Amino acid sequence: MNAEAIQRAVRRMAREIVDRAGRTPGGKGAALAIVGIRRGGVHLAERLRREIGEATGREPPVGTLDIALYRDDLAERGVAPVVGPTAIPFSVQGKTIVLVDDVLFTGRTVRAALDELVDFGRPHRVWLAVLVDRGGRELPIAADFVGASVEVGEGDDVKVRLREGGAAEDAVAIERRRT
Amino acid sequence: MIGRHRHCIALEDYSREEILEVLDLAVSMKEVLERPVKKVPTLRGKSVVTLFFESSTRTRSSFETAAKVLSADTLSWTAATSSVTKGETLIDTARNLEAMKPDVLVIRHSASGAPGLVARHVACSVVSAGDGAHEHPTQGLLDAFTLREKLGTLEGKVVAIVGDITHSRVARSNLHALPKLGAKVRLCGPPTMIPPGMERLGAKVDHDLRSAVDGADAVIMLRIQHERIGDPLIPGTREYSKLWGLNAKKAGEWLKPGALILHPGPINRGVELSTELADGPRSVILDQVQNGVAVRMAILYLLAGPGEPTSPERAKA
Repeated sequence: MNAEAIQRAVRRMAREIVDRAGRTPGGKGAALAIVGIRRGGVHLAERLRREIGEATGREPPVGTLDIALYRDDLAERGVAPVVGPTAIPFSVQGKTIVLVDDVLFTGRTVRAALDELVDFGRPHRVWLAVLVDRGGRELPIAADFVGASVEVGEGDDVKVRLREGGAAEDAVAIERRRT
Repeated sequence: MIGRHRHCIALEDYSREEILEVLDLAVSMKEVLERPVKKVPTLRGKSVVTLFFESSTRTRSSFETAAKVLSADTLSWTAATSSVTKGETLIDTARNLEAMKPDVLVIRHSASGAPGLVARHVACSVVSAGDGAHEHPTQGLLDAFTLREKLGTLEGKVVAIVGDITHSRVARSNLHALPKLGAKVRLCGPPTMIPPGMERLGAKVDHDLRSAVDGADAVIMLRIQHERIGDPLIPGTREYSKLWGLNAKKAGEWLKPGALILHPGPINRGVELSTELADGPRSVILDQVQNGVAVRMAILYLLAGPGEPTSPERAKA
């Protein structure tokens, strides 16, 4: 995916989110809020906020979730994952929370994010938006909004690089992992 | 694991980068303490044993709170209720506790070097909660954390430590941490209470309180231990308080505006610190207590969290 395709995908997802929030029964009063999963989801969450703001005239609040303390693979990793900041500067109680990540793979990150999110309160509902769904789920988790679905070999990496993260240009690339 | 460390015994062994790693991690840990649900599942299934041969309420509760917020199980032993009173040796006690498979053993002991000794005989990680007049590493870390949080940075800041430096493990840990973070440390107290050679650790010694706190960004007041009063080191409580104690009047005249006051607790109100100051706007003493939990969470996470489970093979390596 190039920069233009990424922008189109984010814009479309934003519209779908607004659309679904507007027509879902019980959605009234459950205000939208966006939570990006560190680190890949943080910049996408910001972009979604802007797009939703442009579409509706009202930007939803944005928070950041770091799932390092909720991982289930701590014993299997050799090094301590860096624990970054978690900042949810609003009450999640009763809201429609859109969890955002760049790539959806095994689903374990999302599982951890859900566990962490509910420790902040009880949202009305939680949706999942990802830029790339690469398949390979190990848990019964599905995205509600998807930028692009790709078929990727199990040993390969999907890299999302965004300008906000220091990349020269937005891009999604599939990289063959050296084994 | 903190850099190359399996244990947390002394800040003397920690590099600047290793100390900063703990402090940065503690920032994230502190955020957890502000949440509606103050619990994360990180250390679920791990256990932390506290073994205290010296009385302590705040340090032990702080370690236990830190472990519980991270979902570790805790078990506490005190010397008074254990077989130590029946003559069991330190190593035997530690080995027996180890048979219960803890992941971290937190030890406080009146003898300098006790946690380090235990660390050489057990496979689990050992954290010192203060040993004799040696070090109190987590107190040193929480002081550094509090100072960095309040002052923004420690680079170029002046920190005065006042009191019985000779017997203070808090002062020693501070001396091994603060200069590495760029702070200038001044030591102040009766000449009988400052050991020689402190300049080698990068500290400036000044026996006069007024000049020691002049221009300082923060003052760490140490507790005057009652058990030492009356011994030849201190003339008497009143004289000590007059010469090296801090009250609102002295603070107002001598301290620069905004200078912070720290104290590792428990405070002897009216001796080293007046009540007005301890409860006043300069005091960050209660911040220190809260930050202590965050810093200890960081240490427990680094030692017991990720990575391979501790094994005797690794302990020997």
